[in-house]
Amino acid sequence: METGIVMTVANLIRGILMLILGNEFIVSVIMKLIGIGAMIGVISFAAILFTYTERKVCAFIQVRLGPNRVGPRGLLQPIADMLKLMSKEDIIPYGVDRVVWALAPMVLFVPSALAYAFFPFDDGAIFADVNVGIFLLIAISSQSVLTFLMAGVASNSKYGMIGAMRAVATSLSYEAPMVFSLLGIVMITGSLRMSDIVAAQQNTVWFIVLQPIAFLIYLTTCFAETNRTPFDFVECESEIVAGAFTEYSGMRWALFFLAEYANLLSISVLTTTFFLGGWSGPILPGFVWFWLKTIFMLMIFLWIRWTFPRVRIDQMMSFGWKVLLPLALVNVLFTGVGIYINRFM
Amino acid sequence: MNEFETNEQPRTETYVLNMGPQHPSTHGVLRVELELDGERVIKVRPIMGYLHRGIEKLMESRTYFQCSPYTDRLDYISSMNNNYGYCKAVEELCGIEPPPRANYIRAICAELNRLSSHMVYIGSLANDVGAVTGMLYTFRDREDILDIFDLLCGARQTCNYIRIGGVAQDIPAGFDEKVRKFLDRVPDFLKEYSDLLESNEIFQIRLKDVSVMTAQEAMDCGMTGPNLRATGVPFDVRKVDGYGAYPDFDFDVPTGEHGDNWDRYEVRYKEMFESAKIIRQALDGMPEGDYMAKVPKMLRPPKGEVFSRTEGTRGELGFYIVSDGTNKPYRVHIRRPSFVSMQGLNPMCRGGLIGDAIAAFASIDPLMGEVDC
Repeated sequence: METGIVMTVANLIRGILMLILGNEFIVSVIMKLIGIGAMIGVISFAAILFTYTERKVCAFIQVRLGPNRVGPRGLLQPIADMLKLMSKEDIIPYGVDRVVWALAPMVLFVPSALAYAFFPFDDGAIFADVNVGIFLLIAISSQSVLTFLMAGVASNSKYGMIGAMRAVATSLSYEAPMVFSLLGIVMITGSLRMSDIVAAQQNTVWFIVLQPIAFLIYLTTCFAETNRTPFDFVECESEIVAGAFTEYSGMRWALFFLAEYANLLSISVLTTTFFLGGWSGPILPGFVWFWLKTIFMLMIFLWIRWTFPRVRIDQMMSFGWKVLLPLALVNVLFTGVGIYINRFM
Repeated sequence: MNEFETNEQPRTETYVLNMGPQHPSTHGVLRVELELDGERVIKVRPIMGYLHRGIEKLMESRTYFQCSPYTDRLDYISSMNNNYGYCKAVEELCGIEPPPRANYIRAICAELNRLSSHMVYIGSLANDVGAVTGMLYTFRDREDILDIFDLLCGARQTCNYIRIGGVAQDIPAGFDEKVRKFLDRVPDFLKEYSDLLESNEIFQIRLKDVSVMTAQEAMDCGMTGPNLRATGVPFDVRKVDGYGAYPDFDFDVPTGEHGDNWDRYEVRYKEMFESAKIIRQALDGMPEGDYMAKVPKMLRPPKGEVFSRTEGTRGELGFYIVSDGTNKPYRVHIRRPSFVSMQGLNPMCRGGLIGDAIAAFASIDPLMGEVDC
């Protein structure tokens, strides 16, 4: 099998470093550091770029122009936003639990960034290709609810408190169906390893064909995971102002904001990996395929975000427990039966 | 029996959430005290007065003509209807009969304004249930109506076009075509709204069977207009009183069945079609003649009082004017439909969730300029 662009480049750098340094261990450490740097670069860059993309796409859906003043076609708008947010006064409201309150936005970035370690960007280009990949990924990404709780409870604000409680309630209701919807894939692949999942789709068909129901369930739960309409209960602008983030301003708020976009990207990446065959695809290199699919998924997320109203919290919970979860379980059952029948064919 | 074996429920208590006056979805400066049990609403107490400008008092020291612009600032997104209500009251007080052409122009203006006001309603309701895009669509189309007003009188929002005795000036050239062109678009964009909102399952479950008002409850609270019609009572001052040119037009009064948020939305949605129908008939049957009756330069109504009502966009808009024979009103009281509708908030929201309460605020269409007056 030919190697993808990312690994070719990585091998090239590794080769050069080997020539200069000549020590396997040092080169390996440097390679890891380069990789981490590249990853964080990708996240920040993507998050910043997505703010622009979202505003433009949203403007297109809402029949307006969107940012068009800073730079050509408003391309520098994210930078202007960042400068503005950084230069804002750091307001610490009266009565907050300072340590927890200040820690929350930073802690939120950890699960968002850590999740990127498990994404197979290209053939072989995956940081931690561990044999419990999916499991670890879900475990890490569900930690983000903790930071909403931290932020909301520490804010000393009722809006924050409601937001925090909603965050917990939402995450409890959507995470169960999400995990079960992915179980079908794991059963077909027979592995929790991310690269195996992509490889399995490369050999047969994309899992969106084999697991259409799981795909829909996963897609639905993704909106809850990223706190976007129709399940944006944590923020929920028209009801609880900004929920858990109400009391944050300036750079602290920007961190929440960036984490939201990092999560958006990671959700698109995951959907691509699980259901759309990851980096597999004809003619074009894997890296390109991967980003094409990710951007396609991203556009779908944006499209739904800007056209749907918000459901009510109790409706969302009953939908999660009474519809999505049984559906996911039935899907697991049918997948099992399918695999069993397939064995005798 | 130790402490772990009691049958007592964990002790919980309610809390008060002070929503507003600065909140993304309180339609300006409405402040609402929500008593909550977790997410569930126990009691709603609207607190008003953040936009109080003392319009009724101000009117007492202005001449009858000078009062008219103040009515623009009541319900500032349907100023034509307010002008109409005030002018009709003064005309009844003085016994002035506006010429038929003026009545037709007034009807066109009032219905155009009703359309634009209902567009804002649909937009803000959509916004409050989370569909931000709906708002942008309705505001895009509302712009056309504001342009028509601009052509008519030079102002877009606070028109002050309907004057005592008639209208400020005759309809300008090109008005007829512009309005007709707009009317042709009405079904198109209304369909667009319904495609975007009504056909969405989430929009439906958010509004259907939520914040239900029975007809009796609505009447007890003094609700009028679309809020009352949503409960199934076909009460429309345009039909009941038949003032102005309205008896000449053929239009229906849409009513709801359940009195829930959905019906309040639907009634307004259907009313927009009826308004378009009225405007078309008015344009077709526009009589020739004067646009202004003979009104004395110094208006001194005879001693007495009058209560005159019109169908505003939000319900029965009443003006009670007491005259002491001078050129200034002795007392003006305005029956503002949004203010009265606020009474319904508590029975509507009780027992619902925070999200329902927000939808209910939006669905009764309060406008703080009118509520606080």
